[in-house]
Amino acid sequence: MKPMINVTDLSVSFSGDDGKVTALDNISFSIPEGKTVCLVGESGCGKSVTAKALLRILDNHAAIESGRIDYTQMSGEPLNLAEGPAKAKHIRAIQGNEISMIYQEPMTSLSPLYTIGNQIVEVLRWHTNLSNDEAKFQAIEMLRLVGIPSAADRFDSYTFELSGGMRQRAMIAMALICNPRLLIADEPTTALDVTTQAIILDLMRDLQKTRNMSMLFITHDLGVVADIADEVVIMYLGNVVEQGPVEQILTNPQHPYTKGLLASLPHTDGKRRARLNAIPGVVPSLQNRPKGCPFQDRCDHFVTGLCNEKLPELTAISDVQSVRCHGFGAQADLVPLHASTSQVDDCLHAPNPVNRTAAPILELQNVSKHFPIRSGFFNRQTGTVRSLNDVSLNIWRGETLGLVGESGCGKSTLGQTIIGLHKATTGKVLFRPNEEEVELTGKTDSQLRPYWADIRMVFQDPNSSLNPRMAVYDIIAEVLRVGQELKTRKDIEGRVLEVLDKIGFSKEFLKRYPHAFSGGQRQRIGIARALAPYPKVIIADEAVSALDVSVQAQILNLLKDLQEELNLTYLFISHDLSVVAHISDRVAVMYAGRIVELADTETIFNTPRHPYTEALMSAILEPVPNAHGDDTRIRLQGNVPDPANLPKGCPFAPRCRYSSGICESSDPALGEISTDHLLACHHPDVVQNTPVDQLEAMAG
Amino acid sequence: MGMFVVKRVLLMIPTLLAISLVAFLVITLPPGDYIDRLVLEASLDGDYITAAEAEGLRKIYGLDKSVLAQYFDWIWKMVVHGDLGRSFSYELPVEELIWDRLGMTTLLSLCSMVFIWTVAIPVGIFSAVRKYSLGDYVATFLGFIGLAVPNFLLALVLMYVSFRYFGQNVGGLFSPDYVNAPWSFARVGDLMAHIWIPMIVLGTAGTASVIRTIRANLLDELHRPYVVTARAKGMPEHWVLTKYPVRHALNPFVSSLNELFVQIVSGSTIVSIVLGLQTTGPLLFDALRQEDMYLAAALIMFLSFLTVIGTLFSDILLAWLDPRIRRQFNNGGL
Repeated sequence: MKPMINVTDLSVSFSGDDGKVTALDNISFSIPEGKTVCLVGESGCGKSVTAKALLRILDNHAAIESGRIDYTQMSGEPLNLAEGPAKAKHIRAIQGNEISMIYQEPMTSLSPLYTIGNQIVEVLRWHTNLSNDEAKFQAIEMLRLVGIPSAADRFDSYTFELSGGMRQRAMIAMALICNPRLLIADEPTTALDVTTQAIILDLMRDLQKTRNMSMLFITHDLGVVADIADEVVIMYLGNVVEQGPVEQILTNPQHPYTKGLLASLPHTDGKRRARLNAIPGVVPSLQNRPKGCPFQDRCDHFVTGLCNEKLPELTAISDVQSVRCHGFGAQADLVPLHASTSQVDDCLHAPNPVNRTAAPILELQNVSKHFPIRSGFFNRQTGTVRSLNDVSLNIWRGETLGLVGESGCGKSTLGQTIIGLHKATTGKVLFRPNEEEVELTGKTDSQLRPYWADIRMVFQDPNSSLNPRMAVYDIIAEVLRVGQELKTRKDIEGRVLEVLDKIGFSKEFLKRYPHAFSGGQRQRIGIARALAPYPKVIIADEAVSALDVSVQAQILNLLKDLQEELNLTYLFISHDLSVVAHISDRVAVMYAGRIVELADTETIFNTPRHPYTEALMSAILEPVPNAHGDDTRIRLQGNVPDPANLPKGCPFAPRCRYSSGICESSDPALGEISTDHLLACHHPDVVQNTPVDQLEAMAG
Repeated sequence: MGMFVVKRVLLMIPTLLAISLVAFLVITLPPGDYIDRLVLEASLDGDYITAAEAEGLRKIYGLDKSVLAQYFDWIWKMVVHGDLGRSFSYELPVEELIWDRLGMTTLLSLCSMVFIWTVAIPVGIFSAVRKYSLGDYVATFLGFIGLAVPNFLLALVLMYVSFRYFGQNVGGLFSPDYVNAPWSFARVGDLMAHIWIPMIVLGTAGTASVIRTIRANLLDELHRPYVVTARAKGMPEHWVLTKYPVRHALNPFVSSLNELFVQIVSGSTIVSIVLGLQTTGPLLFDALRQEDMYLAAALIMFLSFLTVIGTLFSDILLAWLDPRIRRQFNNGGL
């Protein structure tokens, strides 16, 4: 296979206040024509820097130090992209034309001040001589090709008028408008729901095939890698540590980092209760790059005198796979790579001892939350956003209830309504901290305050949920000072130290500010803050979604340990189904502000009964190559319905492949179909009983 | 959008009524009135006004009625006859006094605004794009000097310099020949020759703060992902900058345009007195000192009117610039 781009010994440095640091350290790889190469690694490993270097759009403080990027132009002429100033004319002629790029967050990567069409046509304007009308025509054709309905109208839409999936399609249209030969995709599906992700991946695969386009696909999600990659390049701290074909990398990983990444993934299958084998620590910052192997301080096989002295060579272990580790190559006999690691199977978590005959600790009875829409001259109420509709739910002491659904399903609203951040429109929330029963709904904030110590929240983004001007001690002590039990300074200090110990922090961290910590450590501080006032229930709203896989595994283990030790009850809200599968005892599936299915985790993941649950589960990407070869995954078209304009009947009916007349006219109620299995569907057996061939006919 | 403008214009009516009431009340709040002042001045001149004469004068001027009754009289005449009352000290109808002055104030303020924009926006952009360069430091340094130097001092210095070295008499907005002349091209030319000093004086502080605002806004925007996207399209850098981050950075600036306008209008009084300008500032100052209530109230009201219109103007401009705000308007928000 002829390579389209050959990267040889490329080094990139960042200059900052502390001088120069190496961001990419002599990386080499190539992208064959018409194939997809996946760059994999955690944040801070240099994936995006590599992509930006290829396209010469590095930030001002970054510079290519040495190396070559040999690219064969459309005309057949070779060109070293690493040479010359980034803003040179011949480089600009390639950018957006022969090589183009799409990004993780189309909302921020497209300007909200110009229409989609304007931003697409602009590319044509710089690279072709088309007239305005021709350019507009081509742009609309492109929008149609990427599957945007009524493309001609959408041409004049702004980004904020489109859904996440549509925005990403518009971005893809913009990148493909000049028929590039190489598309660089930087985490293009990370911000999307699993259902939308499946559709976007399909689209990219199809477009690649029909155009014989090469792709450099950056992701941290090994499930996505299995789905789309031909070749995989694993990066760690600016080094390529392993590379090879996707089958080899995923089924026969050699580098300890690659193995660690795979071991950190939560499982949706039978092993799901196992403690995750998280890689300890975090990716060091570029300033703290260790001498020798960059992975040494997190590696189980570390050998003093070798790994901390010399950077290992990238060693070929077969025709196609190579590894950068001292366990291979000249000094392989010094490194006991195949000795047992810390993976121990007997640390399976016992199922949480939950007594479901007792009264539940939290009981939601027909809770609804509706927000008024006001508009017009006198701000009259002209509509209602029905975010939560008639939700009934029990959570028992000591269990973890997972809450899943696409974004916009009302998951977060439910969490916030429970603790009274939103006041429920109708319905009751009952809380039983001890023997007594408290009705949380209908209480004012000051009446609720004592219970806010019992029910605590952990938020998604530890960067914005911790006050940057408060030291760790104050962040945690603050919640104790407003509480009642601990009066003296000494008591509070004692408690702060106690919770810090629980999250694995030592005393010297007390006086530091949040910015001194990594993302995972910050999330630990968030958890410590939640733990401080001896809570009984913790509502974790996407608590691990912003973290890298290895850190996510550490936090999940921590949450499990804390639950066992303190008999905590978790409401775990997440869009990441494998994380939910890993941590939950029972799972509730939400759609359009209501619960459509609720059962224990095994049932939900293995034998779902609701068509929506089925679709969600089938969109999970397992890190197994060719798992999706004969693809029977369900592609859920369309979007979550607008809560201001819910369809009549079952809200899922318009997207449901089993829907029949009754679904469009009447809304199914949530009922028990077997012990502890609740379902809201007119056809409770349809998912189990429809044979696969019949489904294919339905899909066709 | 049209709906929004109509709504805002209708909302202006109660706003203006409230302003007129407050303006009038504030003027009548201090003890004593114009007649008391006349009595005092007469006694200083050795003259004598009897209490009965004073009462008579009060009756003539309508000052014997309650404050609210005076206010309603004033408003009624204004709405029905366009009569703003009579200035006691100038012995002239207020409207004859203020239109010219208001016109000059508006013109001077607009000129200062344009001056601020044309200087500050390019300098601000330069400062942000070449952050920590020599040019940035020079612009920052000059900007801080501009902020720190009091306007009237700058006015005095400029007057001295142009008089001493260019032999030009720069007081006022017109040369003595043209002050009372009818409008002609020559008079406009004379105005242009005079207006630049107050324009610069009034503009410096604003220029400095706008440079800082634009620089800070733009620094926030320069590293946004959409800029990288634009760059990856292979467009020339200057095009990338002006189309994307600069346009975004103008948003907060446009929404604060009105504040800038208010600053210029209210900050111009001392400068106008120093430079002897025929604007509203000195007139209002005198009117307040002499308790010339109708003149003062009318001036305050019309100056406030200018600001209200300025707010409307900057909101419309913002909606025109930013589709997100336009959408909020259309959805009936705001």
